[in-house]
Amino acid sequence: MAADWSLPRPGRGALAVWRRNLRVWRKLLAPAVVLNFGEPTLYLLGLGFGLGAFIDTMSGMPYLVFLASGIIASSAMTTASFEATYSVFTRMQVQRTYEAMLATPLTLDDILAGELLWCATKATFSAAAILAVATLLGVVGGWQALWVLPLAFLIGLCFAGPALVMSAVSDNYDFFNYYFVLGVTPMLILSGVFYPIEGLPEGAQAAIQVLPLAHAIALTRPLVAGLPVNDVLLHVAVLVAYAAGGFHVALALTRRRLLV
Amino acid sequence: MPPIVRADGLVKRYGGFTAVAGVSFDIPAGCCFGVLGPNGAGKTTTLRMILGMTPMTAGSLSVFGLGMPADGRAIRRRIGVVPQADNLDPDFRVDENLEVHASYFGIDAATARARVPELLAFANLTDRRHAKTDTLSGGMKRRLTIARALINAPDLVMLDEPTTGLDPQARHVIWSRLAALKARGTTLLLTTHYMEEAERLCDELVIMDQGRILDRGTPRELIRRHVEPEVIEVRAGDTARFRAFAEHHGCRLEQQGMSLYCYGQDSAPLLGFLQQDADLVYLHRPAGLEDVFLRLTGRELRD
Repeated sequence: MAADWSLPRPGRGALAVWRRNLRVWRKLLAPAVVLNFGEPTLYLLGLGFGLGAFIDTMSGMPYLVFLASGIIASSAMTTASFEATYSVFTRMQVQRTYEAMLATPLTLDDILAGELLWCATKATFSAAAILAVATLLGVVGGWQALWVLPLAFLIGLCFAGPALVMSAVSDNYDFFNYYFVLGVTPMLILSGVFYPIEGLPEGAQAAIQVLPLAHAIALTRPLVAGLPVNDVLLHVAVLVAYAAGGFHVALALTRRRLLV
Repeated sequence: MPPIVRADGLVKRYGGFTAVAGVSFDIPAGCCFGVLGPNGAGKTTTLRMILGMTPMTAGSLSVFGLGMPADGRAIRRRIGVVPQADNLDPDFRVDENLEVHASYFGIDAATARARVPELLAFANLTDRRHAKTDTLSGGMKRRLTIARALINAPDLVMLDEPTTGLDPQARHVIWSRLAALKARGTTLLLTTHYMEEAERLCDELVIMDQGRILDRGTPRELIRRHVEPEVIEVRAGDTARFRAFAEHHGCRLEQQGMSLYCYGQDSAPLLGFLQQDADLVYLHRPAGLEDVFLRLTGRELRD
């Protein structure tokens, strides 16, 4: 059957969906906090000090600063990606929460928009936790680092969009292995979180510039390090394009799946 | 008073398969309207079209005088839905399920919280209000789903096989709750394949099969129109002689496995005959909707 490609028209109902997710999250606050603070702390302490002992500076900044500013972006990516795949799929297919929602004034446009906002919100929580840890470790360059928070929201939107596409076409949880092994993990390893992409072959560098994580890091890194931010418009445009394109495709495919 | 639902020539096709093949009906306000049909008759698809969850291939549909799909949101704001399979939110407790569902209707938190005690009392779930939903029995989940369907004080409640899979106790409780709703003047739209349910609750019903409406009427009208008033089921014994006797008396006979069904106007002579043969085990009863249903839709299995 042909998909309905009409433009998304979400309404205020999206906020009801967002609040529903927030309410569930608040019930599970303790494990969420352990995850949000614990994981980045381990990365920063373990890799930052461990590798940092061998690496004095990277791209002209202490290694811990380089790493922390990269992990803020990659953590926003993985948080939004997990939420928009495993959690969204659970609500859409396993728990049939969407079916219950669709019998109310909510539309599928509202529901997916609420999910998108929620994924970005979780990404912001995780970025905030890392920023807090990084501040305690003394690697944050100044107040301009607070711009990382709205930026993390945008990074969350950017990665939630394509991940929602995966949920729209998935039949089971295992399907997400493809997305993570072929998409998310390569981006995490190659996009400049742990080392500068300038060390990679030129072809790989070009490919990485097409993907969004490198652009996200190009913004978080100078913001955290207290350096001037270049090409803001370009990087923001890439993030917005992935968010908007991903969301539109996800909505069309989810309409085709559920509104039958 | 204009009808609550007016469906005109509703069609739903999936590729080459026709799930609903042009059904028209209207549901008067305050009526309990039943849709009876075997599995695959198109009952659920029809319900989903009324909600706007399934786009119709052809036909027109107005609910509360509003057009579907253009006014989908406004229509759903006034409907309560009890789906065939429970889709309560397992991430929430009983009372939270009602509150969160209310938020989808744009009902503010204070108003929703104020409505919860009354709805839980209606569903006999007051002492379970803090329970997790996955600890509830099947009957309790159904009752909670019904309570949830009432959170927006709906003018129309749609129930898709509301008692399928429940034990008799739970089923009777649900029936009494639905009767109470009806007494308040709420319009009910109910699909079922339990004839007893339809006979008890429905003022009017349609019998559907293979996407079409076969007939419409009150339960009594349908029985009068399609079957003889009395039925004798002979369940054991050598029925050859009885069969000849019954045919001679103008009965309509149907054989189903070991049972012989004998439909007729006046059973007295047949009963006299049966009483003389101690080997024949039989049941004599008035004809019901089930007989109408089987007459119209046949006795073949539907899977």
